[in-house]
Order: sequence, then C-alpha cells, then structure tokens
Amino acid sequence: MPDLFEALATPARRKILDALCERDGQTLFEICARLSVKSNLSMTRQAVSQHLAVLEEVGLLTVTRQGRYKHHHVNTAPLNQIVERWLKPTPPEANP
Amino acid sequence: MKIVVTSVFVDDQEKALKFYTEILGFEKKTDVPAGAYRWLTVVSPEDRGGVELLLEPDAHPAVGPFKKALVDDGIPCASFAVKDVQAEHDRLVKAGVHFTQPPIHMGPVTTAVFDDTCGNLIQLAQMH
Repeated sequence: MPDLFEALATPARRKILDALCERDGQTLFEICARLSVKSNLSMTRQAVSQHLAVLEEVGLLTVTRQGRYKHHHVNTAPLNQIVERWLKPTPPEANP
Repeated sequence: MKIVVTSVFVDDQEKALKFYTEILGFEKKTDVPAGAYRWLTVVSPEDRGGVELLLEPDAHPAVGPFKKALVDDGIPCASFAVKDVQAEHDRLVKAGVHFTQPPIHMGPVTTAVFDDTCGNLIQLAQMH
C-alpha cells in the first residue's frame, strides 16, 4: 500500500490535486479535461483513474456519490502528518 | 456523404421529447411509429435543415451498462454548440437542470456538462 509520500512523489498526482484545488468535486471527465488542457498532461483516463485510486488510498482524496454521479474531493487533512512529524517539537521515536 | 442524423439513447422517448424541446429548446422534426417505438428526431431552430438528433430507445441490454459507465465517469455522450455557455447554464439551472460541471474555460473552448434526465450527460461548448 502506498504511503502519503509515495502518493505525493508523482508529478501527475500533484497535478491532479492542483486541479481539484481549482474546483473541488470534479467528475473524472473534468479532471481529465483539465489535465490535458490546462496542465498539458496527456494521460489516458485509465491512468488518471489509477492515480485517483492511490490518492484515495492515502486519504488525500474522497469520492462521493450524488445519485448517479461520482465526484472527487481533495482532503488535505493527511498533510498535517507532515507538519506534525517535522515542524512540531515532538520526539522522533513517536514517528516510526 | 454527409451526416444527417446522430442519436442519443433515451430511457423514455416521450419524456425525452419534452426535455429536448421544452427545456433545451429544440424542435420536433420527425415523429413516425417504428414498431414498439418511434423514429423521433429533433432539430435546432437555428438550423432546421441541419443535423437531426434521434431520440433513440435504450432498450437494448448493452446500452444500460454503457450509459451507466459514461455517467459514472462524468463523460458526456453528445456536445452541443452554444453562443454563451454561462447564459445557457444560468437559464437551464433556473429550469431545474442539474449540471455535473459548471462552465469552465478550457483553452479555446468553454464547456459545461448537464444531465438530460434520460440517462445521459450532455456537454455545452462555446468556441472563443
């Protein structure tokens, strides 16, 4: 299972998060359109889908169903782990 | 050779006719009985001799999963050109239409995506 850092290490996944920060709650179609037009990233829909799954696994993304539609939302809460790990004066043994 | 008819699969032809004419503003062009269904087309009042949109029954068993998969991923099955996407969006929202994507500038085009209430997503596009 990928961890937060692995999830963020891939430029495409950071671009996806950028796109969702522009407008939260996008369909897969809109994410793909934004990536190809605005970020000039040519990825297949399947590739974008796989990146979304990784982001969802580490909690950076949530998927909601509204009737028949599926929307993707960015969730920045896991990023606090990064802040807590290095920017707060906590003992290092607390973070294996 | 030229394109005369293209189609969208609809779950109910009568409901679709109402939506595509009364809400979207197309006009009925052809309506003839065809077995259990109708050969039912609409056309844009801006181009009555132009391409007709066939409101085609979605009864074939392969169509249901196909439509569901497209809607799931937010993929429109047709795209209509408009002069002003924002104005059309506002007008349709007022008429109760649900958009899965509000108007967004995508380089040379502004697009929006709405639900046609017949099992499809439709894209509006305005070229700049």
